[in-house]
Amino acid sequence: MPPFEPIDDPAADATAVAIRVRGVTKEFGSGESATWALRGVDLDVAYGELLMLVGPSGCGKTTLVSIVAGTLEPTAGAVHVLGHDLVAMSNGRKVRFRRDNVGFIFQSYNLLPSLTAVENAAVPLFIAGLRRRQALDKAAEVLDALGLGDRLTNLPNELSGGQQQRVAIARALVHEPRLLVCDEPTSALDAENGRITMELIQRIAVQPDRAVIVVTHDARAYAFADRIATMEDGRIVSVTTGSESLPA
Amino acid sequence: MFWIAWKMLIGNRGKYLGIVFGVVFAALLIAQQSSIFCGLMSLTVSQIRDVQGPGIWVMDANVQFVDDIKPLADTELFRVKSVPGVDWAVRFYKGIARARLEEGTYEQMILLGLDDATLVGAPAGMLMGSIADLRTPDAVIIDDAGYKRIWPGEPFRVGRVFEMNDHRAVIVGITKASRTFQSFPILYTRYSQAVRFAPPERKVLSFILANPAADLDPVEVCRQIEERTGLQALTRDQFLWKTIRYYMAKTGIPVNFGITVLLGFLVGTAIAGQTFYLFTVENIRQFGALKAMGTSNWMILAMVLSQALNVGLVGYGVGVGLAALFGWWSRSMTRLSFFMPWQVLALTAAAVFVIVLVASVLSVRKVLVLDPAIVFRG
Repeated sequence: MPPFEPIDDPAADATAVAIRVRGVTKEFGSGESATWALRGVDLDVAYGELLMLVGPSGCGKTTLVSIVAGTLEPTAGAVHVLGHDLVAMSNGRKVRFRRDNVGFIFQSYNLLPSLTAVENAAVPLFIAGLRRRQALDKAAEVLDALGLGDRLTNLPNELSGGQQQRVAIARALVHEPRLLVCDEPTSALDAENGRITMELIQRIAVQPDRAVIVVTHDARAYAFADRIATMEDGRIVSVTTGSESLPA
Repeated sequence: MFWIAWKMLIGNRGKYLGIVFGVVFAALLIAQQSSIFCGLMSLTVSQIRDVQGPGIWVMDANVQFVDDIKPLADTELFRVKSVPGVDWAVRFYKGIARARLEEGTYEQMILLGLDDATLVGAPAGMLMGSIADLRTPDAVIIDDAGYKRIWPGEPFRVGRVFEMNDHRAVIVGITKASRTFQSFPILYTRYSQAVRFAPPERKVLSFILANPAADLDPVEVCRQIEERTGLQALTRDQFLWKTIRYYMAKTGIPVNFGITVLLGFLVGTAIAGQTFYLFTVENIRQFGALKAMGTSNWMILAMVLSQALNVGLVGYGVGVGLAALFGWWSRSMTRLSFFMPWQVLALTAAAVFVIVLVASVLSVRKVLVLDPAIVFRG
């Protein structure tokens, strides 16, 4: 039995949940070399919820989160995010959708090495066309809130891994997106920095009008989840609440 | 976003300098070689430019360039003078003479014979003596470069005597003349004197220098002269370009310089293109992150082009600057001809534009087809 009841008209209920995924499949390659990364995934994520996607490597977590973030097309199925039908959306509108609605935290931070911390944090605002001074002021505020007020002008290579990840969090939140997508945010960090990062995500990112999806292998992070969806072989096989125990 | 593109570019100093080096190399080679080529071409027409006054050169119909002398009969002068629209016309001798110096050595010289009465075609600037001194017996005026070539290290002095065709010649003045393609010393004398200095020939009149009457189109007067005399009549500019075209078409000079310019272009493109491509590949995840965060392909394209434009402008400026510096050095230290007209700058700019365009096209393709989901892969 699937973890969620399928609905006949996803659009009719699109505003009730932040993310609604129904019957999504994704095939890479074609013919005999074709590989199914997703084999009919159904998933709902509510506003104000932090959902974790967990499972072994190659189970389709990253593919699913890429589709939800609007960076990858599904082969089949319906994807509604923040009331938008991503499957029907043109590439140009999808770019604008990501710019206006999605914040990203990547496993390897992906900070621009030649930009300072505050400049990196301001990148989404530059993309949105904000004036440089305004963008930098706002990014500085967010970095200050994340405890990096004294590191604004440092380059990424002058920061520790934990500090770099905090810059990445600032960058993900600076434009106040309604969906935050985190890909293995703690995997490159030690236990203490991993805990701090997850605390920051839970404290600052989780808001009533925002949904957060975290892809992780890190069992120490499970405690921060509202729900945990476990994937295996391209399918969601179980959904538990964060307080329920999961194998590490 | 252009500001981010700029910081990305200069952030990797090694790659940035590598790309700029490629463009500098190409710009330097293209500008320098083209300027030397222009310098050489300007030498071929220096004697046409140096002859001030007449607007029209009349010559044998088969003359192809300024040094291609096919002497005319003296009577042709009167036929040209009789053409309607010709205000005045005078004789002009141009040839090569062999001078025997006081030391007993021989020297080839370019001998220019000016009309005895008017001295039309005389040099413009005198360093020593005066043009009027040409009216004295056996008088010649020599150019300063020729003087230094024959008597290196010696101060300028009038009164030196040498022989040409067993006739005595006395230096009465030293002038500043443009260098010629052959680099021989240039001697100015009266026409009647020149024909005595020159090896004996049945016909000695090299050119007829004429001027159209006021308010008449020189081209139309040339046409009239050709129609009525069967000679070739060209305006100063026409003769100048005819000479240049001859050297372009009939000598290997343009091909030799063209090959060097082409090599500079190709090597510059290869260095800049390859380094720019590597720079882009190195930053592919950053570009992917920007795309994931909502940067459009158009903006990415604009960013890459702005990076290319940046290296193009810097490379062009430095390359052309170095070429100009080389030109300044070569003019003061060597006898290398160097002439950098605006057309050379425009040609170099166009070549640099193509180089950075090719370099950015190679790179931008990879970014444009980049799947933004790449940032989710480890």
